[in-house]
Amino acid sequence: MAERPRSFQEIILRFQSYWGGKGCAILQPYDMEVGAGTFHPATTLRALGSRPWAAAYVQPSRRPTDGRYGENPNRLQHYYQYQVLIKPSPPNLQELYLGSLDAIGIDTSLHDIRFVEDDWESPTLGAWGLGWEVWCDGMEVSQFTYFQQVGGHDCRPVSGELTYGLERLAMYVLGVAHVMEMPFNDPSAPIPLTYGDVFRQTEEEYSRYNFDAADTERLFRHFEDAEKECRRLLEPEEMDPKTGKRIVMAHPAYDQCIKASHLFNLLDARGVISVTERQAYIGRVRALAKLCADAFVRTEAGGHGMGAAA
Amino acid sequence: MADLLIELLSEEIPARMQPKAAEDLRRLMTDGLVEAGLTYAHAASFATPRRLALAVEGLSDQSRAVREERKGPATSAPEAAVQGFLRATGLTLDQLERRQDKKGETFFAVIEKPGRAASEIVAEVLGRVIRDFPWPKSMRWGSGSLRWVRPLQSILCLLVREEGAEIVPFEIEGIRADNTTRGHRFHAPGEFAVTSFEDYEAKLKRAHVVLQAAERRDRIRHDAATLAFAQGLEIVEDEGLLTEVAGLVEWPVTLMGRIEEQFLGLPPEVLQTSMKEHQKFFSVRNPATGRIEGFVTVANIETADRGETILAGNAKVLRARLSDARFFWENDLRVAKSGMEEWKEGLRAVTFHNKLGSQWERIERIAALAREIAPHVGAEPDLAAQAATVAKLDLRSSMVGEFPELQGLMGRYYAEAAGLPSEVAAAADEHYSPLGPNDEVPVARVSVAVALADKIDTLTGFWAIDEKPTGSKDPFALRRAALGVIRLISERDARLPLQQVLEEGNLQAIVTATNSAADKLRRRKENPGIIKLDDVLGFGGYGFDVKDPKRQRVQDANDFLSRVLDGGADGITHFEGVMLENLRQENEARVADLLSFLHDRLKVHLRDQGIRHDVIDACLAMPGNDDLVLLVRRAEALAAFLKTEDGENLLQGFKRAANLLGQAEAKDGVEYSFGADPKWSEYDEERALFAALDAAEARIRPAMEQEDFGEAMSALAALRGPIDAFFTVAQINTDNQVIRRNRLNLLSRIRRLCLEVADLTKVEG
Repeated sequence: MAERPRSFQEIILRFQSYWGGKGCAILQPYDMEVGAGTFHPATTLRALGSRPWAAAYVQPSRRPTDGRYGENPNRLQHYYQYQVLIKPSPPNLQELYLGSLDAIGIDTSLHDIRFVEDDWESPTLGAWGLGWEVWCDGMEVSQFTYFQQVGGHDCRPVSGELTYGLERLAMYVLGVAHVMEMPFNDPSAPIPLTYGDVFRQTEEEYSRYNFDAADTERLFRHFEDAEKECRRLLEPEEMDPKTGKRIVMAHPAYDQCIKASHLFNLLDARGVISVTERQAYIGRVRALAKLCADAFVRTEAGGHGMGAAA
Repeated sequence: MADLLIELLSEEIPARMQPKAAEDLRRLMTDGLVEAGLTYAHAASFATPRRLALAVEGLSDQSRAVREERKGPATSAPEAAVQGFLRATGLTLDQLERRQDKKGETFFAVIEKPGRAASEIVAEVLGRVIRDFPWPKSMRWGSGSLRWVRPLQSILCLLVREEGAEIVPFEIEGIRADNTTRGHRFHAPGEFAVTSFEDYEAKLKRAHVVLQAAERRDRIRHDAATLAFAQGLEIVEDEGLLTEVAGLVEWPVTLMGRIEEQFLGLPPEVLQTSMKEHQKFFSVRNPATGRIEGFVTVANIETADRGETILAGNAKVLRARLSDARFFWENDLRVAKSGMEEWKEGLRAVTFHNKLGSQWERIERIAALAREIAPHVGAEPDLAAQAATVAKLDLRSSMVGEFPELQGLMGRYYAEAAGLPSEVAAAADEHYSPLGPNDEVPVARVSVAVALADKIDTLTGFWAIDEKPTGSKDPFALRRAALGVIRLISERDARLPLQQVLEEGNLQAIVTATNSAADKLRRRKENPGIIKLDDVLGFGGYGFDVKDPKRQRVQDANDFLSRVLDGGADGITHFEGVMLENLRQENEARVADLLSFLHDRLKVHLRDQGIRHDVIDACLAMPGNDDLVLLVRRAEALAAFLKTEDGENLLQGFKRAANLLGQAEAKDGVEYSFGADPKWSEYDEERALFAALDAAEARIRPAMEQEDFGEAMSALAALRGPIDAFFTVAQINTDNQVIRRNRLNLLSRIRRLCLEVADLTKVEG
């Protein structure tokens, strides 16, 4: 069993080294505002098509409605997820997962690890899968999903997805009661920094922005713009007249879909979307996600020209 | 003879699916084996979080050999007929037998099907069962196309005989059946081989797996009780939770902890719900105080520190959860004590239904109805209205936001905290009842008034916007609401002017629907980008028939609304007027439709209690049928009456009288209704019938006024003898027209009198 880690970043580094060692490409976070690690094209798009894939990465994620000005011990509007996606899902994925817990110092002979039914669905991505939430001594530490559909497409082969809520897991492993008190770097470093040193101020700033300051009219406009831009990017002929190559702009279009999704989250946090309108907005984002998925499977990375999977 | 052992090992199977899956495996496998010609003595199936297992005893080694003879065409038949027979039997000409038949020489095919080995059949059936397994939800994994509840990892399939165990040759999606399995995920992850079911179950136990769910349940129940007892406490029984928890562990290890002092002030239901919903903990009660003071959690592992780490972890999660709950509780109490204004405001912003306004508007409608209903159920109108106003405010409380199942109960706590009358607090808790056919009906009068008002508003509301249940679709649980109304009225003897109350409810709903539509139009006018015209038009309740197949009227409505929107504020006001008028005109028809829906549900309800539908029809046809109490009483009395011999015979007499009369009336083109006179009687029996009718009339009229249906029916019963006697001696259609007319008029007295009690023409038989 691995030594107990001493800081938030050490847990991240252990994951990077563990999953890297298991053959995953260690990617970097996607450079856009997303609600969860699943939105990274390395998950959403790469779960589509027949090409094998294995990636792991940290993804900063934003949930504007969860902002608590840095005061709540567990809730943050900006937090980190650790995300693993392997396609096709290997037969020993559960064992690999348990190995990752071991790697961050959770002794599975001393703790009660359980796989409790929890089916995952993302209405905005038109995606769903079956799996579990993983409990450690009664606390949910991960989400474990076998993707069945993304963007309305059946996943063939099926990807196995693991998502760890890094702050919560780290607080548990490090025995910290308030997220802001968690050591970010090693507590014995010359300049020891806590999670609060890094993020307390930004949590305050963004909470105020998310709840009160964001200009909703402008956000509505941005949403419409992103929606239009996404659709526009998928309209042209696949053949690029300048290079004479077949270039489907799936990723640029998907960026706009991500943007629309985040703008919707911001509008939601500002409380200007009613219950009935909510469904309509989610439907609009889902329509974009579906268009992007349709486009991605027409690209090389999406398995175009490979024929159907066996 | 052999015993069959099958185990399907997979990743974790959801607890809620395990019992049915085990049963399905047993049923589908044994059905398949029997269908293929095998027999067996006994079969049992098992489920744990990671495995489904089946043990079949006394399975025959081979299916029975079958010999089948089929008669073909005559040997002299045309070539085509012979070829056809060969194709049908799959034989060649030289394999056919020629036999002498009555008509000459005929071809016979003798087909011998030898018995098949059990292993071959097991493999075939198992493959089919796995592929077609009825999981509520299943999935694919990896690169395969097989579906199972979660990835299937290995299959054990053995035929066990005295001379040894045989692995059944079977493979599916690259998984080859074997004689091995694995134990507990952490305690004994290694593979081991088994030789029989007994060996399998024993080795599993050594590998920290309790195969039988009942044994896991018993263990948990026993261990939990022991732990609690040792500290002078007791477990709050929860069979549902017990079954679920037994489906989450292969090796139950029960651990008990105490709830921190700081949380003991929370209502027991809150502690219980929070622990159960979030963490699947059992609640532990102190019998002396009745308080929930501890919890029991069931782990799936034995640890070197005897569960200390696990318990500490669970306690920590519990602390976070209960801190939330306490925050909610304290916050809610503050709002409650300051008059709950905040919640009222909040409910104004919560939509009840897109077309039926906000929750607050709904509450106002319910309060108005409760006030109207109150006097009829013996409740004080002001108190009923107050109770209705308060009853749903807890929907806005933080606690109910977190635990919706505590709605009503929290309302009671908060109403008490606010110092409201105890009837008001009770109504908050009880007004949702009855929720089903077996749920209890409230007794307190104020609660009855609010419960009725709530359900009637739901019905009249959804009727006003044309959202009625169709077929199996009843998204707003309107059938349940109707049954609630029926049970409240009939079980609490609520003599409600139902027709009037429904009209009132419907008018209120129409006004809200109109306001809500106009509101939408105003918002659309202000912000055209947000609400599309289609959203506004997307319902029938505006009096525009959007279901019109030609959509002609939708077009009309679109044009109309465009004009409304271009017409400034006045345009919308005008629209409101038109819509309200449209809906008003349909009010009567709507209420009649809703009443007949209630009657239909009443029929279903009474049929469940053994009263035939035709008996109910006979009562429904009587005036005043919106008085459900009366209706039920009449139906019960009639049903009881028809079960007696007198009743059955009277019914026959009535039918005979009514038939003869009907035929005569049709033939003569007149209605025989009065004027029967004893002086035209030919027989004593005829005169006796006159006297009996006089006597019955004298009893029935006052009985009906008293609503004493039993007495009225018993008066009818007294007619049975005289009617029978009359029919025995008297011919109706005699040549003497005066006597004939007199007898027909006499029959009409029978008919009229019977029909005053119930419409017996509707009764079958």
